[in-house]
Amino acid sequence: MSERVPVLRIGDVLLVSIQVDLDDQTVLNLQEDLAQQIVDQGARGVVIDITAVEIVDSFVGRMLATIAAISRMLDAETVVVGMRPAVAITLVELGLSLGGVRTALNLEKGLALLRRSGRSERT
Amino acid sequence: MNVPWAADDEPQTQPVVMNDDVVRVRQFARGLSQRCKLSLVDQTKFITAASELARNTLVYGGGGSCTAGLVRGRGRLGVAAVFEDFGPGIPDIELAMTDGWTSGGGLGLGLSGARRLVDEFALDTEAGRGTKVTVIKWAR
Ligand SMILES: Nc1ncnc2c1ncn2[C@@H]1O[C@H](COP(=O)(O)OP(=O)(O)OP(=O)(O)O)[C@@H](O)[C@H]1O
Ligand SMILES: [Mg+2]
Repeated sequence: MSERVPVLRIGDVLLVSIQVDLDDQTVLNLQEDLAQQIVDQGARGVVIDITAVEIVDSFVGRMLATIAAISRMLDAETVVVGMRPAVAITLVELGLSLGGVRTALNLEKGLALLRRSGRSERT
Repeated sequence: MNVPWAADDEPQTQPVVMNDDVVRVRQFARGLSQRCKLSLVDQTKFITAASELARNTLVYGGGGSCTAGLVRGRGRLGVAAVFEDFGPGIPDIELAMTDGWTSGGGLGLGLSGARRLVDEFALDTEAGRGTKVTVIKWAR
């Protein structure tokens, strides 16, 4: 069963924290939800927290890159935070370097990055 | 490839016919790779390879199965997974194994990437008959 991942709003930043092993349809739903919410909420930044995510395969990797590209087009910036070292190693070996995706080590640093780039005022 | 299944541990077969099954294959692969004490990085690599192959079985093979279990060889323990479908097969193996080549809308990294992530990789396929991909990761 595909479900929906909750999208939280903190000031002008949307926060998604992935907590469960997502099936492909849920991943696609998330992509659409985020695009819609960036526009509806006038968000300037998106933070995707993958601290709890044990594996990122090509499908999820592509979703991260796509969300980054979509949000850029909608005048928002995406930061992926909390990638585990084993996930980073595996992604590179898989052949996915996620070149267009900004990353930060944790949520705090991700929010600071958005603040610095003028993407978020209040958070 | 002849898979050296561990004699004291029956491999298990599960269907790969819907999105949820790909999640279940990942979870099963995680359990196995923990049981055979792969390092965290090797666990992650094996589960990621299994995820790629399960999705191919579902998307391109039109559904199939995954048989996975512990293997033993040269005094080592490892984990193996065999993905099998009776779909259209892969007409040009070399092309399919090329980084970046996809017949669909993917990234073309599943097969070639999965091969890099495991220790042993075998692809048996025949156009019109189906596809069987076997992967093994050994504990170090
Ligand atoms: N089980 C299968 N049956 C038939 N064709 C397959 C099967 N697995 C892979 N293929 C073919 O091989 C190609 C390459 O597969 P690969 O997994 O590398 O890339 P992809 O699935 O297209 O994209 P990605 O996995 O990066 O999202 C596929 O596009 C498909 O044409
Ligand atoms: Mg694939």
